[in-house]
Amino acid sequence: MAVTLTPAAAQHVSAFLSKRGKGMGLRLGVRTTGCSGLAYKLEYADEAQPEDVTFQSHGVTVVVDPKSLPYLDGTELDFAREGLNEGFKFNNPNVKDECGCGESFNV
Amino acid sequence: MALLQISEPGETPAPHARKRAVGIDLGTTNSLVATVRHGLAVVLPDGEGRPLVPSIVRYGEEGVTTGYAAMARQSVDPHNTIVSVKRLMGRGLADLDDDRRFPYRFVDAPGMVRIATRAGVKSPVEISADLLRALRERAEVSLGGAVDGAVVTVPAYFDDAQRQATKDAARLAGLPILRLINEPTAAAIAYGLDNASEGVYAVYDLGGGTFDISVLRLSKGVFEVLATNGDAALGGDDFDHRVFCWIIEAGRLPPLSPADARLLLVKSRAAKEHLSEHDEAPIVATLSDGTRIDLTITRDIFTQISANLVAKTLAPVKRALRDARLAPAAVKGVVLVGGATRMPQVRRAVAELFGQPPLTNLDPDEVVALGAAIQANKLVGNREGNDDWLLLDVIPLSLGIETMGGIVEKIIPRNSTIPVARAQEFTTFKEGQSAMSIHVVQGERERVSDCRSLGRFELRGIPAMAAGAARIRVAFEVDADGLLEVSAREVTSGVAAQITVKPSYGLSDGEIARMLQESFAHASADMQARALAEAQVEADRVVDAVRTALAADGDLVDAAERADINEALAAVARLREGSDAAALRSATEALNRGTEPFAARRMDRGVARALTGRRVDALSD
Repeated sequence: MAVTLTPAAAQHVSAFLSKRGKGMGLRLGVRTTGCSGLAYKLEYADEAQPEDVTFQSHGVTVVVDPKSLPYLDGTELDFAREGLNEGFKFNNPNVKDECGCGESFNV
Repeated sequence: MALLQISEPGETPAPHARKRAVGIDLGTTNSLVATVRHGLAVVLPDGEGRPLVPSIVRYGEEGVTTGYAAMARQSVDPHNTIVSVKRLMGRGLADLDDDRRFPYRFVDAPGMVRIATRAGVKSPVEISADLLRALRERAEVSLGGAVDGAVVTVPAYFDDAQRQATKDAARLAGLPILRLINEPTAAAIAYGLDNASEGVYAVYDLGGGTFDISVLRLSKGVFEVLATNGDAALGGDDFDHRVFCWIIEAGRLPPLSPADARLLLVKSRAAKEHLSEHDEAPIVATLSDGTRIDLTITRDIFTQISANLVAKTLAPVKRALRDARLAPAAVKGVVLVGGATRMPQVRRAVAELFGQPPLTNLDPDEVVALGAAIQANKLVGNREGNDDWLLLDVIPLSLGIETMGGIVEKIIPRNSTIPVARAQEFTTFKEGQSAMSIHVVQGERERVSDCRSLGRFELRGIPAMAAGAARIRVAFEVDADGLLEVSAREVTSGVAAQITVKPSYGLSDGEIARMLQESFAHASADMQARALAEAQVEADRVVDAVRTALAADGDLVDAAERADINEALAAVARLREGSDAAALRSATEALNRGTEPFAARRMDRGVARALTGRRVDALSD
């Protein structure tokens, strides 16, 4: 099981963390929401819980709770720009279909 | 696919729930728009990476242009290229100390001055709105959708008329404005001083053409403006001019053509900026007559030729401290704002005066916009939970009414935190007096003639009674934006008349309505079409997801629940063909809500499967 960042994503996460001035890494997760099933959680991690699984990817610590992990296994988090907009994208091989916007999905 | 942002722990918003909030620094020389992204305040640059928008609007043959595009045509089309419009906000022609300083064709209108341009007579509110519209569009492109809320900054010394004008400009530009906040307050927020210990802070703001010093006191999360001072005609441009004069002298140049003068001014500015990072700057140029200039200016020379400009900023600082009855040592921290504060000699002078190094780690051009963005992000509701405080501002000048003899009776003293409401009772002066004129004024002076008149109205229909018997209650209410409403009521007789007044600067409500109407004329059709399109996309998305879920895990739904879901699906399908965006949205929302228990059961099943060690992607087919 693994969750990874692309080098571009890792570089941006590292920069954001250092500007923020605190945090051990990045927390990825999923939660239920409405009918589309699941939505991603993308947060700064200030601490890991004992049950959390952590990964190292290009120098960034990625924290995932065990309940979310099956949905995220194999996911690669990428950083993208679309014109002037910028942000993160989940490349998740478990996803069968997702809403047009990619904020929620199901497996 | 949407681009996701990193949130603070526990604050990931529901899908599609993140609000787009922006902070706008609407400056005299330059404007900026900023937002909070990945939990950090950042300025939104244009496609070429330039964060600043020159505060210039040009009404050209080909339409309205703003920013760098407008600046490029400034010298060839000065009458229709409006710079420094902020100086005209809420001002009548009589308020301008020297209208010849501006190259515009002024039109004297009641209240606020107007400018005749190629596109017609424009008020400063409309011109500012054109600037704000450009900033709004930049934000929409950068954030991927419409702005949900904006905070716009104004100088601490702006009076009610100027604040009202700024707010109207934002409305006209289609910006949902959450709050106006004072520029020095925004700068302090950007440095997180609102979370710092209580005390007095100074904000030293040396912009392109204006200098402002503000002394703020932070107590219980509220910034009070203790004093403001400044020089409306002193800024970084004056430093450029000193370098320019030095070039002329050192190069022994004859009087220059306008084009050559412009060229050398540009070189002067570049040299000034270079000297903030280096000990010396080369100045190389070729004039139109072929004269070659090749000079080097050192930081020492620059410091020397600009020394009295730096000194000129220190006098208002001392005056502001004196007004606040404070010694420089009583100031806990000094914030630098404005690009001109990059100059080392300015930083040194400020550090010497206050006996401590100023805060400089944020970009001084951006700091006001960043603070406004942080405030907007909070007000729009993106940061919930632990820090749900709202920053309060204070009114900068006392508000009162005129009483007999032209004396001001203050009703709300300056530095009251807003929103605030105060009322006071007055009475009649003459026997049988049936009307009372109420004149609302703003200022610290005792005489009405020394204060600024905000408006007047009459309370009529007071029943006849002896002088001094009537009880007229005058209520002042200042909302969160610092805007004032005054009402008066005669309470003794129970026959109450009530009137409200808003500070007026010449734009009547009808005029504002007309201007808004004009801006909506084109927008509303587009907006409706867009709302419907968005609702249809959302409906398709939800219907599709529900169908997929039913196909995959239909056994989790009993017959009754399935019937309900089918009914909700049918309702969405029916409205999908119509043109009522609101109805379609609510049907979609109902479908979404109705399937929540089903979604939760699917998640549980997914987890159960995963925990038995089988592959999710194999199971979900």
